[in-house]
Amino acid sequence: MEKVKQKDLILYSGLIILGLAAPYLFSAFKVQLTYLCVLIVLAMTWNLQGGEMGYNSFGNILFYGLGMYLTASVQVGMFFPLAEWTESGGEKTFVHTTAQYFQGIGVGLLVAAIIPALVAGAIGYAILGLRGHYFAICTLGLGIAAGEIAGGIEIIGAGQGFTTPPFPAEIVDPEARGKFFYFTSFIVLVLAFIFVKYIYGSRFRLILNAIRDNEDKAEAMGIQTMKYKIVGWMVSAFFCGLAGGIMGGLIGYIDSTDVAFDGREMGVFMVLMAILGGKGTLWGPIIGATLFHFFKEGLWTFILGWQYVALGVLIVVIVIYFPEGLMGWLREKYPERFGEVIDEKDRKSQVELK
Amino acid sequence: MDFLIFQVPMLMVQASLDGILLGILFALIAYGMALQWGVMNIINIAQGDLVILGGYIAYTMYLAGIHPAWGVIVSPIIMYFVGWALYKLVINKVVDRDLFISILATFGIAIVFQQLMNFIFGADVVVAQSEYGTTMLFDNSVTLPNSKIFSAFVSLAYAVALVIYMKKSKLGRAIRATAQNARAAKILGVDTEKVYAATFGINAALCGIAGALISITLTLHPYVGLPYTVRSFMIVIVAGLGNLPAVAVSGMGLGLFEEFADYILGTEFRIGAVFMLLVFILVYRRFKLSKKREYLK
Repeated sequence: MEKVKQKDLILYSGLIILGLAAPYLFSAFKVQLTYLCVLIVLAMTWNLQGGEMGYNSFGNILFYGLGMYLTASVQVGMFFPLAEWTESGGEKTFVHTTAQYFQGIGVGLLVAAIIPALVAGAIGYAILGLRGHYFAICTLGLGIAAGEIAGGIEIIGAGQGFTTPPFPAEIVDPEARGKFFYFTSFIVLVLAFIFVKYIYGSRFRLILNAIRDNEDKAEAMGIQTMKYKIVGWMVSAFFCGLAGGIMGGLIGYIDSTDVAFDGREMGVFMVLMAILGGKGTLWGPIIGATLFHFFKEGLWTFILGWQYVALGVLIVVIVIYFPEGLMGWLREKYPERFGEVIDEKDRKSQVELK
Repeated sequence: MDFLIFQVPMLMVQASLDGILLGILFALIAYGMALQWGVMNIINIAQGDLVILGGYIAYTMYLAGIHPAWGVIVSPIIMYFVGWALYKLVINKVVDRDLFISILATFGIAIVFQQLMNFIFGADVVVAQSEYGTTMLFDNSVTLPNSKIFSAFVSLAYAVALVIYMKKSKLGRAIRATAQNARAAKILGVDTEKVYAATFGINAALCGIAGALISITLTLHPYVGLPYTVRSFMIVIVAGLGNLPAVAVSGMGLGLFEEFADYILGTEFRIGAVFMLLVFILVYRRFKLSKKREYLK
């Protein structure tokens, strides 16, 4: 890996300090900040296949929802009978002690990261053989099928939903819950960033880009594309599962189609955020997610009821007019900032062919 | 096996008839999808929502005291202009671009449609009563609502009419020419922009007919559009573009599958089964093609 430059060092340490200080500075917005971290993780990992690999997935929500159910199930199932818990609905027949709660969520998050990654690995060979829009539609189908099927399974609450364990009542500090979830999500965000950053400097990314640009040629060059595609999807699934687990604990209630396998919100958000910021860039999804989150939180409450209309219009406008996103636009405008050298004479002499 | 459907043979007849009649309706929607996919090379995720909107037009007529069956004439006319307007507003900017862009853009349209229908018509499950009664077969052991038979016949009539129209009329020829080679058609004086608008309008009109029929045979709800999109997508990829008899057959096949899945797996898994079938079909095709070292394109 290349040496971290001094400018970058200042930037990263600044961001980490900001991230650590955020819940104290904006203590009323801890839930929103947690959302932001989760959204960034989702956008960044979606970008790994959507932007870098060229496999536009609508189905990463599958791993998100899976992680959510797994975390909650493990957290409950470690100490109490799961079926009775979901049957009793929201009633507090079983109460986690503080130690049990944290043990449960710790193990739960671990499971929620590993199982979705394994699922991605298992179905990857079949699904990733599809290309282009077939892949997009197939993953869309997977995500929705998962929601419909989860809504019919009794042990995880079926249609009536699953109440995740409440934060232990023994902790009296009212801020503790918000801080706990914020810092968990922040840690996941930092981990995801380090990982994605590492991928960006590695050969792995070049292979993913080769797959995006021309998979047949990449194959002809002797790259075992399927192997890399599966690994790329597994990385996404790993972080999507973690993000889902955290969100399940934060929201406190899991519904099969409206919270967990929420293709209409989260599933679209992650695609939209990555496109808004710029597909195939390291910072694009992060900036896109941040902008989108501010836009959403700022606007949602003022246009209550109309938010989905606004969301739909936003999707159409972004996709049609800014398919390259913010980073793509900047890149067009200031190519030298992105390390591209353009010969002016050469550019002017080129005739645009249409 | 202790499934009810295997113990009572008459239920099988019931499910088969239901499935086939339903399948004809699906085939009509799929025909619209195949048309726009073949001509304009876009995948319209909002297809199902156009269907539901068409259904709500018939439902509004029903509320106004007009028999909802007239919806099969009124709804396509209104929907043609809805489709035309949609083309002029959004779709004309995604034709000739990456298919993923059309998928996402129409996904956005679908969300807007769903929410607007939710505002206008409410979030309740509604049905327009046609009061056509039911036909009893086999000693009253199989019941068949006459509205389903009516809808199958109307679908067939419209499908046949459309095929003839595509073969004989000037616009039909222009549409087929554009589907074959848009550039050549343009050179030979076909106004492709008009053809595209008309194609999308016809597609929306087909959705309007199907929606009006669904409003009297099944139920309407603002958020049930996506399953119809997926069904028509599935039918098209099984049948191929422009192969009408195959579209009809695979539509009926899908109808049968759904009815049997309903009995065997339970109604709560019905939609899930449809989406899983989509995944299985795609994966099956993918493995079949990969033996020839090809892939779905």
